[in-house]
Amino acid sequence: MSTERTIMLRVNGRDEPGRFPAHRTLLEALRQIGHTEVKSGCEKGDCGACAVLVDGMAVDSCLTLAWTAEGAEITTVSGLGDLDALHPVQQAFSDGGAAQCGYCTPGIIIAAKAIIDRHPDPTEEDIRIGLSGNLCRCTGYTKVFEAVSEAAAIMRAGSDGR
Amino acid sequence: MYVPFELEMPGDLAGALGALAAGTGAKTMAMAGGTNLIVDMRAKRERPDRVVGLGRVGALRGMECGEEWISIGGGTTVTDLLQSKEIAEAAPSLVESSRLFAGLMVRNTATVAGNIACGSPAADLVPPLLALDADVTLASVAGTRTLPLDEYFLGYKRDVRRPDELITRVSWPRLPQSSDQSFINAFYKLARRKGDAITVTGVAVTLVVAGGVCTKARVALGAVAPVVFRARDAESVLEGRALTPARIDEAARAAAASSCPIDDVRASAAYRLHTVEALTRRLIAQAWRRSTDQ
Ligand SMILES: Cc1cc2nc3c(=O)[nH]c(=O)nc-3n(C[C@H](O)[C@H](O)[C@H](O)COP(=O)(O)OP(=O)(O)OC[C@H]3O[C@@H](n4cnc5c(N)ncnc54)[C@H](O)[C@@H]3O)c2cc1C
Ligand code: FES
Ligand code: FES
Repeated sequence: MSTERTIMLRVNGRDEPGRFPAHRTLLEALRQIGHTEVKSGCEKGDCGACAVLVDGMAVDSCLTLAWTAEGAEITTVSGLGDLDALHPVQQAFSDGGAAQCGYCTPGIIIAAKAIIDRHPDPTEEDIRIGLSGNLCRCTGYTKVFEAVSEAAAIMRAGSDGR
Repeated sequence: MYVPFELEMPGDLAGALGALAAGTGAKTMAMAGGTNLIVDMRAKRERPDRVVGLGRVGALRGMECGEEWISIGGGTTVTDLLQSKEIAEAAPSLVESSRLFAGLMVRNTATVAGNIACGSPAADLVPPLLALDADVTLASVAGTRTLPLDEYFLGYKRDVRRPDELITRVSWPRLPQSSDQSFINAFYKLARRKGDAITVTGVAVTLVVAGGVCTKARVALGAVAPVVFRARDAESVLEGRALTPARIDEAARAAAASSCPIDDVRASAAYRLHTVEALTRRLIAQAWRRSTDQ
């Protein structure tokens, strides 16, 4: 039982090999190959800390099997931007103080990016319903909602629709 | 943490059905979005030896919105439903249900077939689909069969599906919309909060109105019995009549009378009985008002 297989995961534009059994979740696989920016909270779809983009679509990596993500473009929060060139969503979270302990932030930023992709000018309701799968134990959400709104405004103003 | 299993990822429907048929002896389960199955495997409530991933089976995706029938693939995701203009027009209840379904990431992968097959009384797409008179098509290597969704569930988490069968399509007759007939189709999800919460009481209603008379009524109730079900007594109070407040009240009481809810962590049985009556009354009254305003 439990055959292992070496697969190639394409993460943030780079091919990265890893050897995993069939039951390995994408969350565990990504962390195993060093992507500890993807956080593990509940491992059952409730908290959104593990969210990544798979072919541009936000998913919970804890509810995805690693083998099924082979061949897809996986984007983690680090793939959106880095300290030298922050993504507008990251910039807005930083400027607005929308992170405290920061544990939920990688997943929330991924969900926020997906919300803005779909609703370039999101209403408060779009943001709240869009982030309902992300739990934050620190901020009380107000600054998070404001940061998403601000990020959307920055992205509408600039052509920076990364 | 998981009980290990083998994983197959067939590229087409024939491959998927073949893999399920070959599973005799070893416990084989299909996996679509995995939003139930992976959680259940982690909790060791499910221990399949083999999992057949359906993500690459294109035949399970796609919607056909014809003049008479709407047909969606079993692999249609909740997000697909939300993004379809045609579904928004033809089945507003399904879109309302999708809007408040789970959170963004789960909506992106959770499928219609997975929601039906999990057999949960709180499965949110089922009340709208029952109120639309949906049929379910099941396929196996032995052939396909289509049956009313209303005959699909046998009891709490029990259904008519054999382990080697897949739900390939869900279809329903388009509701009439013309100068002399109109329909209203609505869903209300009551939960502890709006986003990402399991339903406490779910009510879906369809009314067809012609010449000031309700010619067809469907009332489907979620989370107030071991299965999602149609409140037939409520429907027959409404059909063939103009709806007065007294008649709507009678239908709402009939809906509550046909429910047998339980106490659980989310709500008491008494609260569910109270809300199923109140919500049924509210949805029918709103629908009737809208139909006579049109
Ligand atoms: C955080 C969270 C929130 C949720 N919120 C909601 C909610 O608000 N409302 C709600 O209704 N549900 C909710 N769910 C439950 C779940 O997301 C849904 O029931 C979903 O529709 C299941 O679909 P899936 O494709 O992920 O199914 P899977 O997990 O892949 O499969 C579920 C079951 O269906 C079977 N199956 C899958 N596809 C087929 C097929 N084509 N034919 C036959 N059998 C099949 C599988 O073998 C398995 O037994 C939630 C789940 C999570 C984790
Ligand atoms: S760790 Fe994936 S949703 Fe919580
Ligand atoms: S900032 Fe601490 S969990 Fe959100």
